Amino acid sequence: MRASSARLLGVEGVTVRFGGVTALDGVSLDVAAGTVHGVIGPNGAGKTTLFNVVCGFVPAAEGAVMLRDKRLRRTRPHDLAGLGIARTVQGLGLFGGLTVLENVLVGARGHQRSSALGALLGLPGSARDERRLAERAEAVLAELDIARWRGALPGVLPHGVRKRVALARALVAEPELLMLDEPAAGLSEVEIEDLVALLRGLTDRTSVLLVEHHMDMVMRVCDHITVLDFGRVIADGPPAVVRADPAVLTAYLGTAG
Amino acid sequence: MPDLLTLAMGGLTNGAVYAALGLALVIIFRATRVVNFAQPALALVCAYLAFTVNRATGGYWLGLLVALVAGAVLGALTERLLIRPLRSRGNELAPVIVTLGLLLVLQAVCGMIWSAEPRSFPYAFDFRGAFSPASVFVVVTVVVVAGAVLLLFGATPLGLRLRAAALRPDVAGLLGVRVGLMLTIGWVLAAVVGALAGVLAAPPFLSPTVLDTVFVYALTAAVIGGLDNPVGTILGGFVLGVALSFVSGLLGPELVTLAALAVLVLVLSLRPHGLFGSSVARRV
Repeated sequence: MRASSARLLGVEGVTVRFGGVTALDGVSLDVAAGTVHGVIGPNGAGKTTLFNVVCGFVPAAEGAVMLRDKRLRRTRPHDLAGLGIARTVQGLGLFGGLTVLENVLVGARGHQRSSALGALLGLPGSARDERRLAERAEAVLAELDIARWRGALPGVLPHGVRKRVALARALVAEPELLMLDEPAAGLSEVEIEDLVALLRGLTDRTSVLLVEHHMDMVMRVCDHITVLDFGRVIADGPPAVVRADPAVLTAYLGTAG
Repeated sequence: MPDLLTLAMGGLTNGAVYAALGLALVIIFRATRVVNFAQPALALVCAYLAFTVNRATGGYWLGLLVALVAGAVLGALTERLLIRPLRSRGNELAPVIVTLGLLLVLQAVCGMIWSAEPRSFPYAFDFRGAFSPASVFVVVTVVVVAGAVLLLFGATPLGLRLRAAALRPDVAGLLGVRVGLMLTIGWVLAAVVGALAGVLAAPPFLSPTVLDTVFVYALTAAVIGGLDNPVGTILGGFVLGVALSFVSGLLGPELVTLAALAVLVLVLSLRPHGLFGSSVARRV
């Protein structure tokens, strides 16, 4: 375990039940600041439920979620951005009727402080805000190398580019914690290579918590991995340790080590 | 035979009202996928309030202002009290039925308060002549308001959030957009535009059913234009207004309703997504 002073997110003994089914059973994990933390496990292991508990969409029957040593209560979706948490969803959830730049600008709203009324009336402060947000959106597009598609509708773009748009939209809010739901799904090996390099480059400004099936990618990109099976943590540690853990091999291959 | 220019101008004036009421329908349809059948009744209440204020003060503009404010309040109340509670139920038809019910209730209430007798309702300006100041006022006001609404949706941060909340409420929420607030703003905006249409459509006489035919043509305009397409709906309103004016002047007023129906059937069979609508799916 890392020093708790550097802990950004702490999940402490969280249990979630849906009716008679226990989706998470006393799960604990720490995401250290400035790291990439992976959550893996077979289908139905509770990975998405864990994401939903962290976001406050699903209440925990027991245990707590701590963000910077403050306990997260049940949040409404639009409060997340204000807490410094950005989350991508499976299936990307891009706005089909909005251009790439507009998609990213919606993500930039989370930081905006000026009022809707001010924006309506075109007050100078809000105009300055707008320019700043537009510049930041452009910067993120450039950083992810998708600026040339800024005016395109997402529907016409290749899958790899769309995934980058979703990532840009999450990054533009400058989150402290970036939660990625299967970022490598549907990407080619070359694109995954790029994604690994990209995520490693983010650790100077944000922590990443990701759920992923692509084992090879997880092993290369993560500093720390938590393995779930049947709602329980069966292994937790750096990639090399997790890879060698007999319990993990059993869970994935169904054989006793 | 009436001269064509007069018919065209009369058509533009009527068309402006269809365009405004149609725009109100489109704003709500885009935001919540609900065709708001209560739209004419909400506008009717606003027009009657304008009538009462006009009576009391003898002026026009305070009445218009009161109507617009009343529209905003009614729009917000309708969304919060009637539409929002149904949203979580997941039944797409329920809100539409509720708006139909609201239409009947509000029309009846207007009749109870202000009686079913036609009340004389003033024009903004002198209404005599083909290019009367009153007609020009109607057309210019609607063009300016429609332009402002389009600008709001297309070029402001609030408009971006409104569109995002309409397209993917779940994702917009995750990005910090207050989706519920956006829906309320959408209804307020629509009801204010509808109230304006009501006040512009009322003269010379206001009665509980005066907006019924206007609403039918506004709905026709919205369908012609593509129910999802504000620009198309505004153009559709003006085109329909002029077309019906020519039918009325050249072929006879009894054919107007039939002509509107013919246009509707023709457009829907040839271009199901509307004259100006795109067939590209909006949701990806």
